[in-house]
Amino acid sequence: MTNKSRSQEARVASTRGLLLAPALLTILVVSILPLGLTVIYSFLTPGTYGGVTWDFSTSAYTQFLFEEDIFDGTMAFNGAYLSIFLRSIGLALGATVGALLIGFPTAYFIATKPREQRNFWLFLITLPFWTNILIRTFAMLLIIRDEGLVNLSLMWVGIIDRPLSILYTDTAVFIGLIYTYLPFMVLPLYASLEKLDFRLVEAAYDLYATRFRVLRHVIVPLAKPGIVAGCALVFIPGLGAYITPELLGGGKKLMIGNMIAIQFGSSRNWPFGSAAALILMALVIIVLLVYARTAGRQGRTHG
Amino acid sequence: MPGAEIYGDSMPNAVSARSLKKIFGQGEDAVRALDDIDVDIRENEFFTLLGPSGCGKTTLLRIIAGFELPTSGMVLLGREDITELPPHKRPVNTVFQNYALFPHMTVAENIGFGLKMLGRDGGDIDRRVGEMLELVQMDALANRQTDQLSGGQQQRVALARALAPAPKVLLLDEPLAALDLKLRKSMQIELKSLQAETGITFIFVTHDQEEALTMSDRIAVMRAGKILQIGAPKDIYERPSHRFVADFIGDINILEGADVSLEGGRRIVVLKDGTRLEASAPDDWNSDGGISVAIRPEAATLVQDRETATLTGTVENVVYFGAASNVHVRLSSGDAFVVRHTGNHDIASLSPGDQVGAVIAPDQARLLQ
Repeated sequence: MTNKSRSQEARVASTRGLLLAPALLTILVVSILPLGLTVIYSFLTPGTYGGVTWDFSTSAYTQFLFEEDIFDGTMAFNGAYLSIFLRSIGLALGATVGALLIGFPTAYFIATKPREQRNFWLFLITLPFWTNILIRTFAMLLIIRDEGLVNLSLMWVGIIDRPLSILYTDTAVFIGLIYTYLPFMVLPLYASLEKLDFRLVEAAYDLYATRFRVLRHVIVPLAKPGIVAGCALVFIPGLGAYITPELLGGGKKLMIGNMIAIQFGSSRNWPFGSAAALILMALVIIVLLVYARTAGRQGRTHG
Repeated sequence: MPGAEIYGDSMPNAVSARSLKKIFGQGEDAVRALDDIDVDIRENEFFTLLGPSGCGKTTLLRIIAGFELPTSGMVLLGREDITELPPHKRPVNTVFQNYALFPHMTVAENIGFGLKMLGRDGGDIDRRVGEMLELVQMDALANRQTDQLSGGQQQRVALARALAPAPKVLLLDEPLAALDLKLRKSMQIELKSLQAETGITFIFVTHDQEEALTMSDRIAVMRAGKILQIGAPKDIYERPSHRFVADFIGDINILEGADVSLEGGRRIVVLKDGTRLEASAPDDWNSDGGISVAIRPEAATLVQDRETATLTGTVENVVYFGAASNVHVRLSSGDAFVVRHTGNHDIASLSPGDQVGAVIAPDQARLLQ
């Protein structure tokens, strides 16, 4: 009896291990292995023609903030890379706020439509995903360039007499980031607002709250999980964006993504590229931890 | 002259509706939710809108609250026209059917919400919230989240929240519907005493006739966007003006009459088989809509002696339900008739097939439109 049940347990355990194996293998190959390689590379010395030589060095990390004087070997502070990081954070934050300001009314609009119409509007929101991001970004380039739709129509109306040079500026990158990541803001916001009980809005309105105060005291607090999720979903990929700053920033206005790409390409400094990628990842993890803490608090009080 | 203003028209009503119409939809799909409603709800009154679902009672409430605009007509609060005033500008608060408590706020924050929006200062709000918590006996739970409350407790918070800003009129949209029977009964009594205590006009919407009879000063019975009858519970129950009202409120037997005659100032109805009985009638009664006589099951008494009985027939069934029994009788006229029997001494001996007679208490048979 006991023997039988023990052998059964053993069989169940081995089956379970066997069934888990593909998943564990996938995690190992696609996640832990590349990440491990990146960590190892970041502590090596760059090879002359790309690649690495197997000599331990921390210079990839010190290079991020300091520059070694080529004559006397002393280290001096160099803010160039730091400023690229800060600029990236600024642009990603700006794009997040912009996407929130556009996305919130959009999501609210869809959530208040009759149920059978909502899928149509959601379909429109997800439509851009049907084409390649590269093509969408080129389309945006055509719209905002000097002879583009925006400038031509503004001049035709007579608001301006010379084209606004938007392309290849921070503004262009900012517009491109908002455009690219807006659906990631709208969808979680919609999911939150769709669950909102609009009788609560009526109740607040009944209790002397003006429209703006209903929004501030009832709708926004209740949509907070969606707001936080949407912001994380725009900020994180926005921080590492590559195509948007490459095309719309003209490669002059670098973001972290472009800088890392250059290290693996023309600069032939793989260890520094790896280190920069890990620093970016650390930033993202910090954002995710803040998100998890906010979400956790939400869960506790609303449990 | 003390007390003089209680009489006459000098005292304004709390809420008045003037030829109120509400039509939803357009063209062929148009639904007349409210069809020419005129009603005056008095100060300090517990007024109930009673009717089946879809009769327009909730629409009327929502128009008074300001959530809906009427298609035409006017709503007065006192002497002021509030027809187009948005909800947040009306001194009227609502207790919603599912309470609609704010889930991200504590009990105290919920109750203080209206006062906060009115811009009262913190000390005032705290004091008033304390009073309200005491009024609904929720002092101990002030800092709870609302999802940790039972249905009855949520109900109390919703009441306190709506009463805290001291509205002129409190609207209640089937607030007891979600509670279980025992709790509902005790809340009915509590609501009634709360209304007396606060002196606020309550307008209560329900489809539960018993609830309406228990709590109301006056009841308006509605059907298909119209008010059929307005009156005190006793009037509505004992002197219904309309067959629908009689049927909707309590159990009732309806007998079809063949003829009505006036004999010495008394109205005598002759049933199809020649049975004669005396009946009262609404003032505007006429026989155009047919002759129907309504008799409450408890207004009839079973008797052994069939010679003195008003109605005679055969017992079909006896249904016992604790405090009373319903005796189903097939009358000699062929109509079905139910007698509510509260004593149980001779019921035991009644069985299907027995011949019985029934006496109708004087003035308890009523002609209906």
